[in-house]
Amino acid sequence: MDPNTLALFQTLAQGLLTGGIYALIGTGLSLIFGVMRVINFAHGDFLAVGMFIALFLFQRFHLDPYLSLLIAAPLGFGLGYLVQRFLLARLGDRLESSSLLATLGLGLILSNGLLLGFGAQPQSINVAYATQTFKLGGVQISLPLLVAGLGTLLAIGLLNLFLYRTELGRAVRATAQNPLGAELQGVNTTWVQAVVFGLGVAFAVVAGVLLLPLLYAFPTVGENYTLKAFVVTVLGGLGNLPGAIVGGLILGIIESLGAYYLSNNYRDAYGLVVFLAVLLLRPEGLFGRTVKRV
Amino acid sequence: MTERTKVAQPVSGDAEVLSVRDLDVAYGEVQVVFGVSLHVAKGELVGLVGGNGSGKSTILRVLSGMLRARGGAAQYRDHNLNGVPPYRITELGVAHVPMGRQLFGQMTVEENLLMGAYLPRTRERRPQNLQRVYDFFPRLKEKRASPAAALSGGEQQMVAIGRALMSEPEVLLMDEPSLGLAPLVVKEVMRVIGSLRQLGLTVLLVEQNVRQVLKVTDRAYVLELGSLVREGPSADLLDDPEIRRAYLGV
Repeated sequence: MDPNTLALFQTLAQGLLTGGIYALIGTGLSLIFGVMRVINFAHGDFLAVGMFIALFLFQRFHLDPYLSLLIAAPLGFGLGYLVQRFLLARLGDRLESSSLLATLGLGLILSNGLLLGFGAQPQSINVAYATQTFKLGGVQISLPLLVAGLGTLLAIGLLNLFLYRTELGRAVRATAQNPLGAELQGVNTTWVQAVVFGLGVAFAVVAGVLLLPLLYAFPTVGENYTLKAFVVTVLGGLGNLPGAIVGGLILGIIESLGAYYLSNNYRDAYGLVVFLAVLLLRPEGLFGRTVKRV
Repeated sequence: MTERTKVAQPVSGDAEVLSVRDLDVAYGEVQVVFGVSLHVAKGELVGLVGGNGSGKSTILRVLSGMLRARGGAAQYRDHNLNGVPPYRITELGVAHVPMGRQLFGQMTVEENLLMGAYLPRTRERRPQNLQRVYDFFPRLKEKRASPAAALSGGEQQMVAIGRALMSEPEVLLMDEPSLGLAPLVVKEVMRVIGSLRQLGLTVLLVEQNVRQVLKVTDRAYVLELGSLVREGPSADLLDDPEIRRAYLGV
């Protein structure tokens, strides 16, 4: 293969895998929005919490970050469940209008809590596979990035099984489509919302753990990811889960292509440019209402 | 009707399954229901009629837990209903066919019906209940795989009724089932409601379409500006000159 084509494939592979993580983050945000009509502005901070949970378990107990998923994911679920139960549910009828400040404030508390507990200096973990790569038809792929991509596939696959194969999943979809109708069928929609918020936060936490071998952890690492999750969700259409997956992949590829062919300095900006273009030309998202919702 | 008729107290009997006593309901500072009392006996089909803003849907919203009354009582058998969340009331055996149908638009007809059997107490008999609904509404069986939003208004109303039946209710509350439907479809829906008694259901039907309700129900209550002004056997109300003048346009 000639070097130019190889470089293109290399960039695309990198972008696709990074995009997978964006899809994971965006799916959590989109799920929450689809059911509760709330944009969780603390989403990236929950991701940071995930990174620090894995970091803590690694430093203190030498637990491999991938194993720590077994602890971090349920912790994230519980955290999200409690936040909905004791913070957002209290907003009552003002949920849609007040949730922006509530989640933004929560994000500040989370990131400052991490600052208090772990300090401001960037930290990383030292595992053998962090820099390991392997070749696939000439394309070099980072092992932790591939694991992250596969983890995303698994998480999204499980979410689909849950939503489309279980009683509770059906109740979640019903609550998203018509909360009043669901409540009248005997669904405790307040509880369903807590479960959904827990799932969304668990997704962010899992993404954080998967990113730890690849990135430095610092308390405000999440800010950037809140923005990316929001971009992904808007690209795919708010509340549209398949849209969020495609949106994440698109964002990853655009960033990767831009970084390689234009300049690496503006990596985060390329996605925002596309974001603005979508808002101007297709404000309902790339797929709008044509794709099935939650 | 200008004159407020004093309404007799309901005769209470052992068979009374649903009752409302001296109900006062307000939205904020604005009171919309004033001391309304009514009851529905086992197996009865009772209408609650009145014009726009007469408070009839408000009373139904209290009965299904969507709204808390300021005063008075709302009861299903021995259970207080006032202030109880809607999902608990469904669990008790009072199903609500809400105004505007409130279907799950992107789900198939069958999934909508299955949602009606979400309660654990009904899950075991879900296949039989589904069959029963399909027998009752053969058209829904044909459309079982279509998204609910793709159905006609009349068909959607059938889904809403079928979904409520899936929870094995003793009492069915129906809020304006004819709203937004073509006159011919209204007749069809009313015929279906009339035949619900074959299933042993007790029905409280709230409607603006007074003539249709009086034709299909056993008894009816007439509300005006939040107070009861008439009650009695529907056949009598149909002949009542004042009702005819005010609601039937004759």
